[in-house]
Amino acid sequence: MPRKALDYDQINENVKKAQYAVRGELYLRASELQKEGKKIIFTNVGNPHALGQKPLTFPRQVVALCQAPFLLDDPNVGLLFPADAIAKAKLYLSYTAGGLGAYSDSRGLPGIRKEVAEFIGRRDGYPSDPELIYLTDGASKGVMQILQTVIRGPGDGILVPVPQYPLYSAAISLYGGSLVPYFLEETANWGLDIHNLRQSVADARSKGISVRAMVIINPGNPTGQCLSVDNLQQILRFCHQESLVLLGDEVYQQNVYQDERPFISSRKVLLDMGGPISKELELISFHTVSKGFLGECGQRGGYFEMTNIPPQTVDEIYKVASISLSPNVPGQIFMGTMVSPPQPGDISYEQFLRESKGILESLRKRAHMMTNGFNSCKNVVCNFTEGAMYSFPQIKLPPKAIEAAKSAGKVPDVFYCLKLLEATGISTVPGSGFGQKEGVFHLRTTILPAEEDMPAIMESFKKFNDGFMEQYEEQRGYSRM
Amino acid sequence: MRKFVGERAKRLITKNTIAPLVTLSNCQTTSTLSSSNYCCNRSHLPRLPSSLNFPLRCYSVMASKGASPPITVESLNPQVLKCEYAVRGEIVSIAQKLQQDLQKNPGSKSFDEILFCNIGNPQALGQKPITFFREVLALCDHPSLLDKRETNSLFSSDSIARALKILDQMPGRATGAYSHSQGIAGLRDTIAAGIEARDGYPSDANDIFLTDGASPGVHMMMQLLIRSENDGILCPIPQYPLYSASIALHGGTLVRYYLDEATGWGLEISELKKQLEASRQKGTTVRALVVINPGNPTGQVLAEENQRQIVEFCKKEGLVLLADEVYQENIYAPDKKFNSFKKVCRSMGFGEKDIPLVSFQSVSKGYHGECGKRGGYMEVTGFNTEIREQFYKLASVNLCSNISGQILASLVMCPPKVGDESYDAYFSERDGILKSLARRAKTLEDAFNRLEGVTCNKAEGAMYLFPRIQLPKKAIKAAEEANRAPDAFYAIRLLNSTGVVVVPGTGFGQVPGTWHFRCTILPQEDKIPAIVSRLTDFHKKFMNEFRD
Repeated sequence: MPRKALDYDQINENVKKAQYAVRGELYLRASELQKEGKKIIFTNVGNPHALGQKPLTFPRQVVALCQAPFLLDDPNVGLLFPADAIAKAKLYLSYTAGGLGAYSDSRGLPGIRKEVAEFIGRRDGYPSDPELIYLTDGASKGVMQILQTVIRGPGDGILVPVPQYPLYSAAISLYGGSLVPYFLEETANWGLDIHNLRQSVADARSKGISVRAMVIINPGNPTGQCLSVDNLQQILRFCHQESLVLLGDEVYQQNVYQDERPFISSRKVLLDMGGPISKELELISFHTVSKGFLGECGQRGGYFEMTNIPPQTVDEIYKVASISLSPNVPGQIFMGTMVSPPQPGDISYEQFLRESKGILESLRKRAHMMTNGFNSCKNVVCNFTEGAMYSFPQIKLPPKAIEAAKSAGKVPDVFYCLKLLEATGISTVPGSGFGQKEGVFHLRTTILPAEEDMPAIMESFKKFNDGFMEQYEEQRGYSRM
Repeated sequence: MRKFVGERAKRLITKNTIAPLVTLSNCQTTSTLSSSNYCCNRSHLPRLPSSLNFPLRCYSVMASKGASPPITVESLNPQVLKCEYAVRGEIVSIAQKLQQDLQKNPGSKSFDEILFCNIGNPQALGQKPITFFREVLALCDHPSLLDKRETNSLFSSDSIARALKILDQMPGRATGAYSHSQGIAGLRDTIAAGIEARDGYPSDANDIFLTDGASPGVHMMMQLLIRSENDGILCPIPQYPLYSASIALHGGTLVRYYLDEATGWGLEISELKKQLEASRQKGTTVRALVVINPGNPTGQVLAEENQRQIVEFCKKEGLVLLADEVYQENIYAPDKKFNSFKKVCRSMGFGEKDIPLVSFQSVSKGYHGECGKRGGYMEVTGFNTEIREQFYKLASVNLCSNISGQILASLVMCPPKVGDESYDAYFSERDGILKSLARRAKTLEDAFNRLEGVTCNKAEGAMYLFPRIQLPKKAIKAAEEANRAPDAFYAIRLLNSTGVVVVPGTGFGQVPGTWHFRCTILPQEDKIPAIVSRLTDFHKKFMNEFRD
């Protein structure tokens, strides 16, 4: 009898345990319904182009020219492309001997990394070293690379906000580490309470976990809050005291929809603090081309920047990057156009500004429309989306609905989201995929459906929700008699 | 507004049955996450009562110190420290430094450029991309070109038609969106059709997972298969170090089987059996067999009969067959033909139920050599639904592979056909590259074989030569004194005096006591004579210095 090669019970337990709700049961059901011909509004993933956002013209022109460099030799190229896009494509091709078809340095093209460093320098007011910037296939790859480097086994813990973007829980599980949750305060607009944090660490340590790193997502996913300077200083001091490396997920830094609390990078706050902490605290910050106004999710472009990481560790991270040879080069070019966009006076400047501002202004309107829409629904409360791309309303499920979910064998918020999907075609992600306090239920939607579709979507949501609540709430005034 | 919402939420929370906020004394209940989505290694423990269902509870207590600083090299994942990847190791760092020196002070060395023969990266050495592929990619990257009349004079008509077709396969024509985690369905259909045309056996688009190059697919398989160091993966020696690095990263055990240099790097079933038995005796559970065909770094193309034996062996021993077939288009020996393992399995009558098989393909190799695009796929067959769901989940954590790479993978598996406007140009570009590669392989092979103490097997396929050097005892002693492996010593000497970058055989593994290096056949043809003469001069001097 030949042996069985790969039974389910013989695969890596860490793999089985990893969960990734953003593409889980709801998404699969939505895809099925779509195949059956139902119109689905995918608000489960922050994927703006899938919901009709048009790509910015200038980056696409530059990448198209880099893809087809023979166009640059054609005398008619000027009929199709503006001069600044042509110049930019030539510049980027000069960064690489083999164009888009050659592996780059495993850390990314030096020319692009220099542009990223200049961008960071302008943003923070402190110069950045291109040698400490690694380009990646989207930010997720970078996060995974770093977690793999840090985690030695189940005794190593990573502090992760709850609710969190499930990339973190999935990756920690894959690499066999321990997730150490710290809860964000919904009542304080998803603020981060440093006492909770201390408690989480103390608790983990008492269980024998060596806490190694802390993740912050700023602006928050799925929670949308923007961290204040004070809060960031507290976090930095905390990490310094506790010898934690801070992993700053800052992929939504351009997506801010209020003016009281603009985005400020962890790195800037750290360097502003001065003193020993600014030279000692270990920080890795992540960014991407998938979010912001670019929203170029399909390109898989990203970077991470390392601050105060020991050189030997940097070498090890380089080695791991080199096993994957190099990040994709078109994604690197997109990163270049993101961090070094057209400037006043360039032919494409006006158009670039119009397009990028248009997207951000519309997102700001949509953030308001969605929050207000949710807050007008029965048993729904929702904090305002200060930043990022998501709304994370709390759904107060009546006990009867929770019972009904249990008898259907579903987690209550999954039950609610599936009903919502079937009734309206709106595909969301249940809060349980991000983590939430026991007995509290949420869902995450993106704020990405087109502005003109938003009123109808919110109306259809309200109709479903209020009907659902009516169905499952105790029916007062009704008597069996 | 914000304040109001916050207060409203607060009211609701205090009014209801919601667990209290985290407090110093009450962490178990409040930290319980509301579903099983928080994951940790707790399967070995009995199910805890739900009030204790807290991730941190489930680990055995380990001594912990307040470690500081957080990520010094001593506190990194030892699996990261252990893994090695020679293709981009020390020699490349030296080469980069030499290149910078040359840029600063041209003429300061006895050579005027660094020739990177360490890595299969053809376009970096001047190979031109296939025009049709790039036309389609440019149009897909900037679809508004398709609305302009001028485009018809700048692009071929079939590239325009193909771009339109591909755009129609993308939901909402969105080229900037995350795709399905396995890749865009329409592109997978095209790839499956390409596989069918290649093999003469059906292929299912649901079996295709598009990846950022072939490497992430290999990592994914290792991650699935390897549970601990007790799990072993059979790998050829010499091997492409992606395998050893990935196995080390995922904490498994590399089980070596040696290719036979004397028979042109033949793969003997008796050797497979011997190594399998030996490692089983040591308590290792061997999970899979890696076969690289055509071979890297060894260049051999497996005969169909040999492939049948390999399939039988895997079936009998219950191994997953991991077939690295990224060089399938790179065949130079006129009497050799590439056969996919899928085709071989099916021709033996083995179907889905008989053997788990994963075939890797890449856009980086072949005649196209589009390394920078990071496109590739794996075709997975012979796995049950439960396991396929795990594949899908793993793919979904990283959302999707890059779209340019996905498009290119579909183009590579379905290039222009006879009668298409671009066919002639495509054919002559492709043919030109493959014929030139064959000539370069032959010239370099002959040159190596003329060197004192060097023997080199033919590159029947792939992109590399892997000559063996008989190093004199004196050279080995000098290497020891320099604290280097003898072949690394040779390769660094070679680099410093010729600017040619090769990878020492130690990076790939070799029979102990033998020394090799890997050299790609990729420098442009006009550079080959100079490389040959520089290599020859260097080798003569080296032997004169160290001859016993």
